[in-house]
Amino acid sequence: MTDLQPDLRQRPSDDRQATPLPMDLTARELARWSWRQLTSMRTALVLLLLLALAAIPGSVIPQEDIDSLKVSQWRDDHPRLAPIWDRLDLFSVYGSVWFSAIYILLMISLVGCIVPRLLVYARALRAKPPKAPRNLSRLPESTSYETDEAPEVVLARAAAVIRKRRFRVDWTAGASDSVAAERGHLREAGNLLFHLAVIVVLVGVAVGSLFGYKGGVIMFVGKDYGFSNNLTQYDDFAPGSLFDESVMEPFSFTIDSFDVDWITDPDSRRVGMARKFVSHLDYRTEPGAADQQYDLKVNHPLSIGGTDVFLIGHGYAPVITIRDGDGNVAQSGPTVFLPTNAQTFESFGVVKAPDAQPTQIGLEGTFYPTFAMGRDADGRLTMPSSAFGNALDPLVSLFAYTGDVGLDDGSSASVYVLDKAKTTQVMKSDGQPFRMDLRPGDTVTLPDGLGSVTFEGLQRWNKIQISRTPGKLVALAGVVLALLGLLGSLFVRPRRVWVRARRQDDGSTLVEVARLDRSSGGDPETGRDELADIVAALQQHPREDREARA
Amino acid sequence: MNDAQWETLSNQGVAAAGVVYFLALLAYAVQWAALRDAPVRQAVPVGAGVGAGAGAPAEAPAEDVSHRTEMAGRLGVLLTAVGALAHFVALLGRGMAADPNRVPWGNMYEFTLSGTFVVVALFLATTRRWRLSWLGPIVVGFVLCVLLADVLWLYEPVAPLTEALESYWLVIHVVAAIIATGAFTLGAITSVLYLLKARSSKDTGYLARLPEPAVLDRVSYRMHAFGFPIWTFGVLITGPIWAHQAWSSYWNWDPKEVWAFITWVVYAAYLHARATAGWRGRNAAYLALVGAAALWFNFIGINFFSTTSQHSYANGAEVERSVVLRVAPTAVEPAQEVRVVVGADHPRR
Ligand code: HEM
Repeated sequence: MTDLQPDLRQRPSDDRQATPLPMDLTARELARWSWRQLTSMRTALVLLLLLALAAIPGSVIPQEDIDSLKVSQWRDDHPRLAPIWDRLDLFSVYGSVWFSAIYILLMISLVGCIVPRLLVYARALRAKPPKAPRNLSRLPESTSYETDEAPEVVLARAAAVIRKRRFRVDWTAGASDSVAAERGHLREAGNLLFHLAVIVVLVGVAVGSLFGYKGGVIMFVGKDYGFSNNLTQYDDFAPGSLFDESVMEPFSFTIDSFDVDWITDPDSRRVGMARKFVSHLDYRTEPGAADQQYDLKVNHPLSIGGTDVFLIGHGYAPVITIRDGDGNVAQSGPTVFLPTNAQTFESFGVVKAPDAQPTQIGLEGTFYPTFAMGRDADGRLTMPSSAFGNALDPLVSLFAYTGDVGLDDGSSASVYVLDKAKTTQVMKSDGQPFRMDLRPGDTVTLPDGLGSVTFEGLQRWNKIQISRTPGKLVALAGVVLALLGLLGSLFVRPRRVWVRARRQDDGSTLVEVARLDRSSGGDPETGRDELADIVAALQQHPREDREARA
Repeated sequence: MNDAQWETLSNQGVAAAGVVYFLALLAYAVQWAALRDAPVRQAVPVGAGVGAGAGAPAEAPAEDVSHRTEMAGRLGVLLTAVGALAHFVALLGRGMAADPNRVPWGNMYEFTLSGTFVVVALFLATTRRWRLSWLGPIVVGFVLCVLLADVLWLYEPVAPLTEALESYWLVIHVVAAIIATGAFTLGAITSVLYLLKARSSKDTGYLARLPEPAVLDRVSYRMHAFGFPIWTFGVLITGPIWAHQAWSSYWNWDPKEVWAFITWVVYAAYLHARATAGWRGRNAAYLALVGAAALWFNFIGINFFSTTSQHSYANGAEVERSVVLRVAPTAVEPAQEVRVVVGADHPRR
């Protein structure tokens, strides 16, 4: 940054600030002035603060990319504000024009700041340490002593002493009355490295978000179900804007089995909770390749080429068969129930039979892996609940609906939600809702000849997340380099030392030694110590020199 | 020792640390009270010319007063160290009490316990080299208050970590966050002292005996310069690595991540401010305080204000409520819904 300027207080960036804006600038001058403003330290500072400020709304307002469901709820709750928020991009802050504008300006400022500094640095590397200022004793860290040695002798020794302390020394015998030395160029190198690495990180992140994708699929456990990596197989898929389908690796897998290790020790505080989840995958990297096995666990993704496969959740899928009024099977197979309680795996789900005759049938209800009746403080039975997450005594409790359950009109209704707007609930003759409580193997006949419902057994599902993030290693390398640069930038202390030796009128030699610390956190004590050490070494030598001569 | 005994030991450690810190505070109080009325003659400013006989002591008050205060000050530091030892035992006990044994930062109680320990340890480690004895009463007082709040409001019994948290990246990530938090907190304390000292013109009392504003500013800078790379390492390197393993993408703009990023950017601005004319000194100190506010808001505030954070210390009831909301009859894409619900398997932090 300011390596060529001895005075810390006057940075070039600060000087730029002082340039007034005359009213009669030519276009070229104006452009130059704007560029200087943009690449000044103060602008960088303001932009950094703006970036911090601009990131805040995204942590308060629900974000489309993160939780779109929350966004739609928020829209429903605030019909007036939502359009305004929309126009301000407040539901996708981190992709918004104004957020991008800030960091792009910051990047431009950064480049505009680094490039000139790189040039300055390259020159400074080759330059000699600056000559001693005229009046060394004016520097804050300076000292002097008198000796009867010749100035040349003192200076030669000074050059050796300081060089030994790993300074770059500029001194030619006879050419000047002072030795100039400098050390700590790595600070500026670190600083430049840090700022360059910020750009590398950004490039890596940008590549990932432009060319990568992330998708999820809920898969049933078992050999009968498989996944092969192409677009049609995903439940949700979020590609980057330059994503190209042809990069998708052609792997496939099935979930052979799924193990959960439940804590059964009754003394443990978390008895009934799950400790480990393992999906035993059978996978092929491409069609026709050899079968391979992998134990997929939380925190242990499977990497296939550049794609990573993660286990991020699991749950139960009761196998439910609906027979309609005509006795035909209108719906059968496992149905995903979503856990509503992360510990007991009490789950909520919907089964739809849009093809049932004479009328469509929809079921909605709760699955209890280990059914239990809750008790209140007085010991009376209250709400049913699930006591454990593992399926010790599975029970599914369902209500039935008839009418339009919403799948045959092509609307994009969720398979996890029963839209009850056009349905009627099936009632008992006493006017209470008709409820079925089924254990595996149970069949219940619906009233009014609607049909029957059978709970055949239990199946499990895994939520698998698959992502391809090119550039992630670039980003990682970037942050690691940034950290290294930062360490250099913060902890290397650039400093200069000068020694001047002059013959005085009385024949003695006045030796002046000064030191200039150029870092922001310079430590006066270590500085003082360094100066004292140098002076001590200078004064110590005469004896040794004389002894050597003797 | 069995788990319950370790847990008891931990609780006793916290209590003992509290008592000893309080005694340390008393010792410091004695020290400063004795000095209260003695006016301060400015010593040669620390860091002034080398040749000019630097370090000449301030004109000493009466001999016995100076002796007494010095003894009290030393006792304060000694007691602080003893308290830190008890504090450490408390941390160790938390880790040993869990089955399987683990690092003691599974929840906010433990994080606070560790963070305050780092504050004290950093203070003890630097107090001689950087001559920070004047910081003793503030550090001990601060840590005492935070520990008290921690025990009163955040206490939780020992529990094992959820599976998502069993990752050594997470261990490194949180160690880094805790150490940086400790350093930034000390930096914030010295920044406040800097601002007060720069305003104050009194020549008796605590403020008057603080070193020059320039020295306070420098200590503050050093604390931040120490904390910033560690924060960078924790938040921008190990955090994303772990997030990538656990959540399948390294940066999710999760509220906790957003605020860690904001904190990082503000501290970067602080470092810039120190190099910019007109921002050096007071404004930089204000920025340091903004950074500390973001830091602590992230730690405490986000858990209460945000329900979307995957980092939230969600309990079953909370998950249940939010899921019931989610199955409200809106036409949503199934996958999103599932993602959210499955996210219910929240890591605790
Ligand atoms: C992404 C944006 C940026 C970030 C995160 C960032 C971060 C940092 C950090 C952490 C430091 C502290 C290192 C130290 O104290 O030596 C620093 C120093 C510095 N930055 Fe930046 N910076 C950014 C942009 C810029 C820009 C645009 C400029 C140019 C105007 C700039 C110029 C400088 C200079 C000159 C220093 C050295 C200050 C000193 O002497 O201490 N930075 N930056």
